[in-house]
Amino acid sequence: MKYETVIGLEVHVQLKTQTKIFCSCSTEFGRPANENTCPICLGMPGVLPVLNKQAVEYAMQACLATDCRINPRNTFDRKNYFYPDLPKGYQITQLNLPIGEHGHININVNSVQKRIGITRIHMEEDAGKLVHGENEDQGKSYVDLNRTGTPLVEIVSEPEMRSAEEAREYLNQLKAILLYTGVSDCNMEEGSFRCDANISLRPFGQEPFGTRTELKNLNSFRFIQKAIDYEVERQTNILDQGDKVIQETRLYDSDKGVTRSMRSKEEAHDYRYFPEPDLVRLTMDNEWIERIRKTIPELPEQKRKRFVTEHDIPEYDAGVLTASQSMANYYEECVALHPHPKIISNWIMGDLSYELKNDGREIEDCPVAPASLIGLLQLIDKGTISGKMAKTVFEEMYQTGKPAQEIVKQKGLAQISDSSSIDKLIDDVLADNPKQIESYRNGKETIIGYFVGQVMKASKGQANPAVVNQMLKEKLNQP
Amino acid sequence: MHRSTLTQAKEGLKKKQFSALELTEAVFKRIDQVEDNVKAFVHLTRESALYQAKEADRKIAAGEDAPLLGIPLALKDLICTKGARTTCSSRYLDKFVAPYDATVTERLKRAGAVIIGKTNMDEFAMGSSNENSWHHPTLNPWARDRVPGGSSGGSAAAVGANECMAALGSDTGGSIRQPASFCGITGLKPTYGRVSRFGLVAFASSLDQIGPMTKTVEDAALLMNVIGGKDPLDSTSAENALPDFTKALKGEIKGLKLGIPKEYFTSGIDPEVEQAVREAIKTLESLGMQTVEVSLPHTDYAVATYYILACAEASTNLSRYDGVRYGYRSEKSDNLLDMYLNTRSEGFGEEVKRRIILGTFVLSSGYYDAYYLKGQKARTLIKQDFEDAYKKCDLIVAPTCPAPAFKLGEKLDDPLQMYLADIYTISANLAGIPALSIPCGFTIDNLPIGLQLMGRHFDEETLLKVGHHFQQNTDFHRKFASL
Repeated sequence: MKYETVIGLEVHVQLKTQTKIFCSCSTEFGRPANENTCPICLGMPGVLPVLNKQAVEYAMQACLATDCRINPRNTFDRKNYFYPDLPKGYQITQLNLPIGEHGHININVNSVQKRIGITRIHMEEDAGKLVHGENEDQGKSYVDLNRTGTPLVEIVSEPEMRSAEEAREYLNQLKAILLYTGVSDCNMEEGSFRCDANISLRPFGQEPFGTRTELKNLNSFRFIQKAIDYEVERQTNILDQGDKVIQETRLYDSDKGVTRSMRSKEEAHDYRYFPEPDLVRLTMDNEWIERIRKTIPELPEQKRKRFVTEHDIPEYDAGVLTASQSMANYYEECVALHPHPKIISNWIMGDLSYELKNDGREIEDCPVAPASLIGLLQLIDKGTISGKMAKTVFEEMYQTGKPAQEIVKQKGLAQISDSSSIDKLIDDVLADNPKQIESYRNGKETIIGYFVGQVMKASKGQANPAVVNQMLKEKLNQP
Repeated sequence: MHRSTLTQAKEGLKKKQFSALELTEAVFKRIDQVEDNVKAFVHLTRESALYQAKEADRKIAAGEDAPLLGIPLALKDLICTKGARTTCSSRYLDKFVAPYDATVTERLKRAGAVIIGKTNMDEFAMGSSNENSWHHPTLNPWARDRVPGGSSGGSAAAVGANECMAALGSDTGGSIRQPASFCGITGLKPTYGRVSRFGLVAFASSLDQIGPMTKTVEDAALLMNVIGGKDPLDSTSAENALPDFTKALKGEIKGLKLGIPKEYFTSGIDPEVEQAVREAIKTLESLGMQTVEVSLPHTDYAVATYYILACAEASTNLSRYDGVRYGYRSEKSDNLLDMYLNTRSEGFGEEVKRRIILGTFVLSSGYYDAYYLKGQKARTLIKQDFEDAYKKCDLIVAPTCPAPAFKLGEKLDDPLQMYLADIYTISANLAGIPALSIPCGFTIDNLPIGLQLMGRHFDEETLLKVGHHFQQNTDFHRKFASL
């Protein structure tokens, strides 16, 4: 590969306000078409926007959580274009004085940490959507303005990512930060986290950027990675043939896995930006900024570092556990009850995540509370059940919500550790397998595993394997 | 009865000389008599007005009081009225009925006013003659072959023809003051931010301001008390406390310094207008005011600056009229682009299209810096001119217009001449300061002449006070057009 990939991302994030950015309509998703509208978001004559303070504060949180500098003076601008989902014929956005600038977030790819700059974060209103008629309704288009005026922030990164993996990791980190701060629910299916990618290639060592294309319609992190990979390959082929990449906007077609030209730079809009005269300048004093700063919780990166240093768990584990705040909280609650971080981490990343994934649930809705999980782990510690049995018990706990103790008791799963019961089982197994005894005594010591297996089988898995192992050795070594 | 000022009508109602219903009926009777010769109205809301009048009488009988209880008023047809059409004298909005009241409408209703109808205007407030109305031109009550001015020409003519006690207009570059001057009435453009713009159909958001159009300054003060003040629905409405403007009328004017801007008395001013204004200045001097010459050096740039900025804002404010959700939609189109093009070509008149094109041009990339940005800078300089002038004086006096009402059709084919009719009024909008026009004389042809007083930001009180004293000592505002 002789070209270096240069990626910059623009992410539109829907802020989690109850009401729209310039009117008091609800932002609730999935309502009947045009139910969440009023004269203001419908762009009727004579109406005026009034800025939603909560939206500003969420935007401030997004800035502070990504180390952006908040501009003490903010202005809004009109971006003019005609489209039926844009009732006023312009979108109110921020061009010259956005809410935040000069931020960054850190990402980790293949254990290498990298800082990705954030150029700017600005506030704007969302547009509505068109619904195109099908079948006998073909040729008709309907306008749904429920989403019109939903508050967004656009987060623009520096062109500092060099691979699709880095881009994906940047998005993972950004999403985690936004979820931690509660700024957005980052729900991609509902459109509250949308990403456009700017991609260009340049020969390694070359300073100036190559011609970029902008990819749109990237509806999942997986598609983003695939679309970038496709686009890098496409541009590589163009450059290899000595051709030039055309600056254009391209749509990703997830069915075919390709990007397709949407419009070239020549057809690009002249948005005729100019200052929005219906809104006054927004002034953010230090007092306000500091008050908002206090609401920023411990962020994923800080938490990750703390877990590594304080709990001594691997960097990888810490990364997984801090991907969402509720996962981290779950983990921390467990550790507080049972100070064995690595064991807990294994359980959460393993069986717990497996069940949740099968079930399509989030950890917030996990039927096994931290205290219950710890109840199970303590049974292992006490030797009441084996680690293997615990897996079965956990499955049961997840399905029924019952505590570990109760399941173990009901099913008679308690481990057999007393030597007299095990003694009998071992004698039976040995009596049935004279040939294997012979091989063992002839030096094939690994065959002890076979005996352990047989005894465990005979005990229906309830015998304590450590005890079985010990007693077997003693018996076989007797002359 | 229809000749009463707002204050007199209030008095009559209070003393039970007549009922609100009688007053409203008298006004409608007057309208029926003279409206064919004036054409001030776009539509009348007779039924709801009579209902409101009866309600007012019921309240009066119950001993209730409100500042405008039972007073028949008219609204310029770009001030939204819930349930009644608001057309902006445009084909595009001809059938538009707002599901909301403008803040001023709501405040008037709450104050007990009787809304009798909506007055004609230049389409979307763009024009100085009312000839740019989709409905019909309004005629000047003083001379039927002349324009009433614009864009609030309907309101001015309605007040001038005694078809209402008072009216509201809106002023973006002189649209209250110029028609007030042409129709011999009083008109105030308040400080930008003094009166809420919510529900005022926008022409140029940073310049538009609603204001009273009345028979006397006293009436204007009374209306300002009702319509002024902070509105949570308008972010640009000012927090400044609203004074009692009627109380301010009584104050002393002796010793106040009246600035005379030398740039306003140069070439281009009609000699009769200049003479009347100079006479008015003498009258004010005789009342104890001092005069001082001031300079507003950037006056020459005002008209150009205004047409750049106002058109820029208008071009985007009017983007919402796209045929998608309400208003006119051309039936001719079978694709989206054609729908936009046909709808807007057919829905808007010539002047509106001219300004949209002009505004779109000055905001286009490559031209923005040369026009819009430069316009913004010029605006700052014009504002600074006034700040400097107010270091030497308390208010500035000038003609409202360079000439009296011109003839219908006279300037219709010459947009530039039409724009120059606003030469003395535009600066106040650019600077955001309040400005008052009051009658100060008549030409030999018996056409009214207006005197303009411009004040400091949020100092409408001084303007109203001086205007009131002037009217206490002159009779120009008491003359009626013979219809």
